Amino acid sequence: MLVMKQVSKVFRTAMVETHALRALDLQVREGEFVAVTGPSGSGKTTFLNIAGLLEELSSGEYLLDGVNVKALDDRARSKLRNEKLGFVFQSFNLIPDLDLFDNVDVPLRYRGFSRGDRKKRIEGALERVGLASRMRHYPNELSGGQQQRVAIARAIAGDPKLLLADEPTGNLDSQMAREVMQLLEDLNAQGTVVVIVTHDPEIAARAQRNVHIVDGVAADLERGPSLVPPTTKPVATGDQPAA
Amino acid sequence: MLAYYLDLARRSFKKNVALTVLMVLAIGFGVGASMTTLTVLRMLSADPIPQASGQLYAVQLEPRKARGEQNVEPPDQVTRFDAETLLRAAKGDRQAMMTGGNAPIEPQRPGLEPFFADTRYTSADFFAMFRVSFLAGGGWTADDDANSAHVVVLARTLAEKLFGAIDVIGKTVQIDGTPLRVVGVIDRFSPSPHFYDLNTGAYATEEQAFIPFSTSRELKLDRSGSMDCWSDHGGDSTSLTAPCIWIQYWVELDSPEKAAAYRDYLVQYSRDQKVAGRYEREPSVRLRNVMEWLDYKEVVPNDARIQTWVALGFLLVCLINTVGLLLTKFLRRSSEIGVRRALGASKRSIFVQLLVEAGVIGIAGGLLGLLLAWLGLWAVRHQPTDYAELAQLDLPMLLGTFGLAVISSLLAGLLPAWRGCQVAPALQLKSL
Repeated sequence: MLVMKQVSKVFRTAMVETHALRALDLQVREGEFVAVTGPSGSGKTTFLNIAGLLEELSSGEYLLDGVNVKALDDRARSKLRNEKLGFVFQSFNLIPDLDLFDNVDVPLRYRGFSRGDRKKRIEGALERVGLASRMRHYPNELSGGQQQRVAIARAIAGDPKLLLADEPTGNLDSQMAREVMQLLEDLNAQGTVVVIVTHDPEIAARAQRNVHIVDGVAADLERGPSLVPPTTKPVATGDQPAA
Repeated sequence: MLAYYLDLARRSFKKNVALTVLMVLAIGFGVGASMTTLTVLRMLSADPIPQASGQLYAVQLEPRKARGEQNVEPPDQVTRFDAETLLRAAKGDRQAMMTGGNAPIEPQRPGLEPFFADTRYTSADFFAMFRVSFLAGGGWTADDDANSAHVVVLARTLAEKLFGAIDVIGKTVQIDGTPLRVVGVIDRFSPSPHFYDLNTGAYATEEQAFIPFSTSRELKLDRSGSMDCWSDHGGDSTSLTAPCIWIQYWVELDSPEKAAAYRDYLVQYSRDQKVAGRYEREPSVRLRNVMEWLDYKEVVPNDARIQTWVALGFLLVCLINTVGLLLTKFLRRSSEIGVRRALGASKRSIFVQLLVEAGVIGIAGGLLGLLLAWLGLWAVRHQPTDYAELAQLDLPMLLGTFGLAVISSLLAGLLPAWRGCQVAPALQLKSL
């Protein structure tokens, strides 16, 4: 589903050159639920941005669902992002002027679905996250957990193959965090690949597989235990596919 | 997607009404001021006779005494002697000599007091040359010119005033005590600018009666306009041989070849006159078509041009302000743009979305600009200038107002929309 080979990302300014990712190798397969962990500044977010086609890589190769993204122009990258990926952000990133229906509608608009198809998908997605009855409410009328569920509905309405979540429970209390995680696990159980970036060991423990990034280099915890940060609890590996 | 973008624009306007109103006002005032002055300028500099302006030429000769000047333009008018000689020679396809006048009309209709009417004393070809359309009858003939026939052509308004009708061919009009037979009634004829005689005002001049030039001299009707004499004229400045220039002379020439030949003819004519002792200077002739003539005479008032430039400058300032406001508006929405980009919007989609928003502002600004231009032209019509009446917003200018507003706002929106679509989604999503 996601293959990164020797991916590097360098941010350059006039004075400084920062290596956010250094020859990162990573493969995420169909059906996986992967947690990406690492200390602040380790390159987790850069990894997620590159995986989500929000940033271009400096060198290396990235194949998303078999498509080499490096040669794609903005239009093709946007199309691929729209069709293959779903995003869930820490701060939900709902558009405050749009009600829930219209928020979920945003990615579908760029997909070119018909009005009827969009309506069906929006209602179906909101139904799955338990908010169908509130589709004409605005984000500021919802709790944080509900907003994150809307964000998940928006992410899944277009049936993406890969869901990228950046600290999706970071702004939620523990009860809401559990609900959101349950939702993500349910989606994964239904076939969506989930890659979640998190600081939270408890969240990471619920993933099938943990990838740890330090100084821009990724390692599967099983394969590189020396990279486990001292504060990190042991992780459950779940049904990890064979490497 | 256009409907979606329009809906997003509507939501954006609702979200920030004050900023939106400010932009609409900026575009509206800029466009309104520009279109007001442009409309006036367009009316003032319009081709008064587009169907024939390239074939009608004003004739200039140099009959004045030599005073040692170099490169002096010949005068705008000709002497009566030259005009009548050229008219008899009839070297053009058509030709007409003329001057303006103010003839005293003595109505026979009960209750109507005598009055003066703007009159043109001219020759037979005038009506055909200047494409005057008749409602009844027609013009007079060259024989009428030669015989100083007592005939008159009336404007529709004068015919209705004198007789209450336009079908008045054969009736007589008493002018300065002499009855003149009506041979034609013309439709409204008011070329603007009044190119064939700029001495009586460049704009808003509409003659009411047309009389053969020869008849006007026989009846010694008062004339109007400018006159320049350079020697003693024996008390009659309008006599055939008076050394005075006061006649406008126009010739119609159907092709550039004919125009070149006519110019040669004028040069030869000037040489002949010098040989005969009438002219002192070397031949100096000009043959300008209508638009060249108006340009040479600088008919469009300078203040109209200055006002237009000032208004266009004002529009530019308004546009720069709009660029700033749009930039502020769009960049304040960087977070939303970042989300849209993450969810699949290409840069192009964002660019078009923002440009549609700018375009809608332009349409609203255009409506306001139209209203303001209409008000501006209404104000111009109430100014004491001879072109006030011309200040009307016609269909091309109406469409132009909208076009200018939309194009202006799209231009103003280009940079902000470009900057907006360049927003790096990765940065925005993390900063929310």
